[in-house]
Order: sequence, then C-alpha cells, then structure tokens
Amino acid sequence: MPKVSMKVNGKAVSGEVEGRTLLAQFLREGLRLTGTHIGCDTSQCGACVVHMNGVPVKSCAVFALDAEGAEIRTIEGMANADGSLSVIQQAFQDHHALQCGFCTPGMVMSAAALLAENPRPTEAEVRKYLEGNICRCTGCHNIVKAVLAASGQDVAAIAAE
Amino acid sequence: MYAFDFERPTTIADAVKALAAADAQALGGGQTLIPTLKQRLAQPSKLVSLTHIAEMRGVCRADDGSVAIGGATPHAVVAKEAASLYPALAKLAGQIGDPAVRSRGTIGGSLANNDPSACYPAAVLASGATIVTNSRRIAADDFFRGMFATALNPGEIIVEVRFPVPEKAAYAKFPQPASRFALTGVFVAKFASGVRVAVTGASEGGVFRWKEAEQALSSNFSAEAVRGLSVSPAGMIGDLHGTPEYRAHLVRVMTARAVQAAA
Repeated sequence: MPKVSMKVNGKAVSGEVEGRTLLAQFLREGLRLTGTHIGCDTSQCGACVVHMNGVPVKSCAVFALDAEGAEIRTIEGMANADGSLSVIQQAFQDHHALQCGFCTPGMVMSAAALLAENPRPTEAEVRKYLEGNICRCTGCHNIVKAVLAASGQDVAAIAAE
Repeated sequence: MYAFDFERPTTIADAVKALAAADAQALGGGQTLIPTLKQRLAQPSKLVSLTHIAEMRGVCRADDGSVAIGGATPHAVVAKEAASLYPALAKLAGQIGDPAVRSRGTIGGSLANNDPSACYPAAVLASGATIVTNSRRIAADDFFRGMFATALNPGEIIVEVRFPVPEKAAYAKFPQPASRFALTGVFVAKFASGVRVAVTGASEGGVFRWKEAEQALSSNFSAEAVRGLSVSPAGMIGDLHGTPEYRAHLVRVMTARAVQAAA
C-alpha cells in the first residue's frame, strides 16, 4: 500500500493508506484523531472541516494521498498550549453554541478560518461563511453569536439590532 | 468507493502519461468526483491527481492582455488573485459552493465536468475564453457540448484558461440554497466588438449563449434593453426547485441584473 506523510497539528505523521482512503478516515482511523467528525460523507455538512496548508477543506472530500506533505490542523490542535480552550472554543461554550456537539469541530475550524481571513466580520459575513457547515440543533444563531464574540465584538449590541 | 490506484504527477507530461492507462481518470479538486465515487457511479482503474502540478496553478496577465488561469487553480485563489485583473470573474469564483469547497475545487475540474448548473462555464462562454489543453487550444464556443459533455478527448487535460478581459462584465446568480449551484446564472460581458451573454443552470443542454439578448444589448447596454425579450421554456430544466417556465423567466431577470451590476 502507498505511504503518506504529512504534518498534523505540528507533528510529523505517516501511514499506509489505500488510494481511496479519505483524509478524514486517515485522521480518524489511522491517527485516532476522532475529533474530526464525518456527518453526511457527501461534502454537504462540514462536520469534517480541517485546515490544510492554512485553508479550510472538507476532509471527507480530500484523498489522504493528496495531503502528502501538507500541514493539517484539526480540532485537536485548537486548544492553547496549556490545554485551556482557545478563544473561539471558549466563545462557543460561553454562548451555548452547541447542543449535541456533532457539528462543533467543523464549525470551530470554519470559524477559525474566517477570523484568520477577516478578523472582525459582520453578522451577515459570519452567516455567509458558515453556509457550508450545518447544525441541526442550535438554529445556528448562537454559533453566529459565538463567532462574533470570539472576534471581540459586543454580541449583546448585535443581538439587539 | 471501489478501489483504484492513485498517482500524483508533478508535471503535465507525467500526468498525460499516467492518464494513458485504460480507465484512468483525472482528479482536480475532487469536489464533484469524490462524492460521485462514493456513490459508486464511476469505477476508474486509476486516479491521476492534477493538484500537485505547479505549472498548472496560479493567475497572471498574459502577454496578449488576457487573464491566464492555471487549470488546477482553486476557486478561492481565483477569487483573490483575479480580483484586480478581472473583477467579475473573481466575484463569480468567490460565490461557488462554500469556503471549504472553494479551497479545493478547481477551474479545470469544473469546466471538464461541465455541470449544467456550474458557474464557471457561464464566465468562460460569455468572455469568449480559450481553453488550453496539453495538446491544443479550444475556443469556448466549441468547448461545451451539452450537459456533462465537452470537446475534451479522453486523457486530455485543461492546462490553462485564457480570458479576454471585457470593458464591462458581471455575473448574476440565483443560487439554489441547498446545493449553492446556480438555479439560473447569467454572465454578461461587453466588449468593443459587442456583448456576449451566457446562461447556466437553466437549460437541459447546459450553458448557452442568449443571442437575442446579445443583439439587444450590443446596441443598448442597459437592463431596459432586455425587458421586452423572452426565452422559450422548451428545453429548460424542470425539477423540484423550479419549472422550465420559472427558469426561462429567471434567464431574463438575471440578465437584467447582470447588466445593471456591470453598468
């Protein structure tokens, strides 16, 4: 079987995969990083979003072999070095932006990609950016609030508009 | 998915060689092909990934003034790097799918697939772009051959797409909110020589030029010029998202919006 090597959350990893092995499968089954979720497996829901060379991708729609040499960041690499939650993760907790939590890893990774690109997005920009991530519990409202809060904006004022 | 071999060439020549194998299939960003493989709707013997070929990535202005985009350039890169060179095209690229899809999906992949509701074919046809493959140049007017069909031969790779830059241009998309494909999308491009109007998402024959609107707009480039025109619903797509009549109506509405946005 072909071998693939990449960097995941700063650590060099490698493994044997099939041609058809998806990046999501390699992360979950090969590396046991099960924080990346597979929701729909049809690249609709965004639960599997990870960062590949700094940009968000749906890891269920990328072959592991296409990630050869790539820098991958997953939800496991999002917490601060001391183990405390990152600003975005903490905002999700503070604003009740998750209920069942299944979509959360993808939401956090997409939110991080948005804020890296656009540090102070408007509510409309947050909703637009997250359209490839589906949450079936929260109605997305609290997720949008959490992302706005993580960007340092006054969520109470925004919600009142 | 059925099992297949996977090759990752780094030059166009190696990719062409790899694609010569029986039932080999080129892989762009995979945003359509991977879901198709998961449903076992295709069974290639080998996938040849084109995203590691450096000479097929990037956006630049060519010597002849056209904007050249490498076939393996992702939508997100076009949205960013073509923004000053061809703003209407960059804007179209920034509206395809969602951010994660735009990170992976490529212009060459989209054109080779020629989905009847994809956005890029409208820009390519309206701009009168040239599709450059590993073996020849194909004019946009000769490239699209109906739903999911193109002039590409088996094993032929879209290396680059060259867009002449119009004086004015805009794309107006009525998105299907679940898939984010175009329920109907119209790209209008005004050149010194005349106006070209290309419609995606509407016809069972895939992307097409709306000649009647082109004529009207060439003498009067305003939304008013298409107000009295109509498109026949015959041959339009009918599905749960919209009837052929609805799409035919949208063609005129989105053309007028595109002209307004371009003017």
